[in-house]
Amino acid sequence: MSSTESPRPVQKRLLTPGVGILLALIAVGFCVAVYRFIFGLAATTNLDQQHPWGLWIAIDVATGVALAAGGFTTAALVHVFHRESFHVVARPALLTAMLGYTFVGIGLMADLGRYYNIWHPAWPTMWQGNSVLFEVGMCVMCYLTVLYIEFLPIVCERFMEDERRPRLARTCRAVHRAVERTMFLFILAGVVLSCLHQSSLGNLMVIAPSKMHALWYTPILPLLFLLSAVAVGFPMVIVESLYASWSLGLEEELTLLRRLAKPASVLLGVYLAFKVGDLLVREGYRGVAGTTQALMFAIELVFGVAIPFVMLLTVNRRTSGRWLASAGLLVVLGVALNRVNVFLVAYQPPYSTKSYFPSTGEFAVTAGLIALLMLLYRVIVTHLPVISQPVGVPKT
Amino acid sequence: MQVEQLFMALDRREFLRTAATAGAVAVGLGGASQSVEGSVAQTNANSVGVLVDIPNCIGCRKCEFACGQAAGFDVPPIETFDDKSVFEAHRRPDPHSYTTVNRFANPDNPQKPVYVKANCLHCDVPACVSACLVGAFKKRPNGAVTYDAWKCMGCRYCMVACPFQIPTYEYDNALTPQVRKCTFCFDKIEAEGGVPACVRICPNDALVFGKRSELLALARDRIRTRSGAYVDHVYGEHEAGGTSWLYLSSVPFEQIGFVQLGSLVPPRLTESVQHGIFKFFVPPLALYGLLGLVMWLTRRDQDQQLLPVAAGADAIAMRDNGRTHAMECRGASEAPQAAPSACETEVSEVAR
Repeated sequence: MSSTESPRPVQKRLLTPGVGILLALIAVGFCVAVYRFIFGLAATTNLDQQHPWGLWIAIDVATGVALAAGGFTTAALVHVFHRESFHVVARPALLTAMLGYTFVGIGLMADLGRYYNIWHPAWPTMWQGNSVLFEVGMCVMCYLTVLYIEFLPIVCERFMEDERRPRLARTCRAVHRAVERTMFLFILAGVVLSCLHQSSLGNLMVIAPSKMHALWYTPILPLLFLLSAVAVGFPMVIVESLYASWSLGLEEELTLLRRLAKPASVLLGVYLAFKVGDLLVREGYRGVAGTTQALMFAIELVFGVAIPFVMLLTVNRRTSGRWLASAGLLVVLGVALNRVNVFLVAYQPPYSTKSYFPSTGEFAVTAGLIALLMLLYRVIVTHLPVISQPVGVPKT
Repeated sequence: MQVEQLFMALDRREFLRTAATAGAVAVGLGGASQSVEGSVAQTNANSVGVLVDIPNCIGCRKCEFACGQAAGFDVPPIETFDDKSVFEAHRRPDPHSYTTVNRFANPDNPQKPVYVKANCLHCDVPACVSACLVGAFKKRPNGAVTYDAWKCMGCRYCMVACPFQIPTYEYDNALTPQVRKCTFCFDKIEAEGGVPACVRICPNDALVFGKRSELLALARDRIRTRSGAYVDHVYGEHEAGGTSWLYLSSVPFEQIGFVQLGSLVPPRLTESVQHGIFKFFVPPLALYGLLGLVMWLTRRDQDQQLLPVAAGADAIAMRDNGRTHAMECRGASEAPQAAPSACETEVSEVAR
């Protein structure tokens, strides 16, 4: 064990049984995606005239954006509030955010009927400033660019000492210096852009008050989306860091992650207070007893917010990684369920004759995308300096 | 204890951001709602509409036939539209039929069922227009809400936004799917004396085409002069902020498949927040500046300042050539043998 830790590529064999499962999921998802692009949405999804949005919007896009919030919350913690001991988790969180947003784009392509027009919102003659989705789209595009810029130094560091390729090394050093000097501008932009589109994602459904179930429809839906995104940031970092350590056979960053539990519980508590307060003020619980919606809302609130809130509060010096990971995972799944609930379960069109449940194909594409994201994460941390490890060999 | 400081800092950030956003929304509300109201007044003055006198509809479905022809669909011969069996189930417009007639039971007279034609109502402040991020939907000066397929990305947010559940999608088209809905026969009504196909073919004066303001007066006149023949409500006068299509009924609207909406204008809900947050770009820039200020004020490592150095720092940062490297110095308490040099260097630097 050593005290000096700096980000380095993880020395780890790439092919493991776990990676094999990921590859299988990716292969199946890829085949279904190809089928979708050849035969269309009707052949692949259970979307219909009553339910225009399905699993791909709720999980691939909305949940993807929410779970990538660890990137901006960690960036704010380390670079804006200068809690620099958390630097260790900033890079993995940045990688997760970068991959997460990239996959939001890829997932969206599968869902868009005219995916080849995905660039239209960026074209000034087609700008439509009244549209909430325009704001989300523009912010996501800008933030994705910011994330790539923020990630650039990590790529440069890999090659800037490469003596076999002096020209590449020189270029990398120059780029690294330039980006690092202006990095604070991008860090701030990333935090602002995140706040804007995380909240706007919640604003999307505000336009359909008559179609939304009272348990979820509230004018403060944008605020709840922002609060939940901020609240899921640190738990996501905890989960991702622990699972990466376990999977790659590295030492857990337990001391640091335990310290993240306190702010995570406070942020989750704020979200819980707003969510419950809003429900009580609006009396959205009236006449919902016994419905599917009531059950889904209860699961979301109890298992996704309240229980992990208490679990995080109990974290102390001796808390195990398993406890931390469980609490974090509950928050992550809770926010994912919230997005599913808001975009799918709460959506009740006036002339609905059936309900929507995703097709096998939709699940396959979503699972494939998540598997591909995890695989890319693994490939990148074994090639680029992302994860901080003690100098020397990894834990055996 | 450092964690308390940490979450105080987070709390402060949270509070400031919420306050900034809330303030911005409040400031923006005035301007945004003004612009929405302005557009209502403007379209109302010049726009056309259709008055549907529901008791006059005999359920002949000729409008379905004429609509299909006008839209260029492959429609079966007109005789096939006499088939009454389709009324067994309620049908909604779909990509191949912009309008459908449905039958409802008449509580006043079981012998005379009520037939209701469904199609796009062409809202005065359309939610689809507000929702569309590329401006593929447009509210035309004559009142029609039209769609440009070439701009469309196929995100289907218009379908989510529409309170009347009108836009439909060509899910089975893999390459060039379109959102499909009633066009108000835009090209026809733009021409002098032009009338939508459904209005032209209607044999029983169930559909009246004209200036919306005049149709509204006509509707009120019918309610007044034929007392008892209609419920005292013109559907579409205020619903969702007003629609180009207006409806008169002898049966309460909620009994014949009309959505109960009230005068709430859906786009106003989102646009007030949207324009509030982006009012002259002040709120985003203010947040940017505020965070920048925090960044500058806390530019020295907060963990170093807060940690009691002697008690065994568990986190120390080291700066080398402009780049910040953080290191976990678990060493002090957990592994005394571990590389003491780096920790000690830092500790002494902090302690100076």
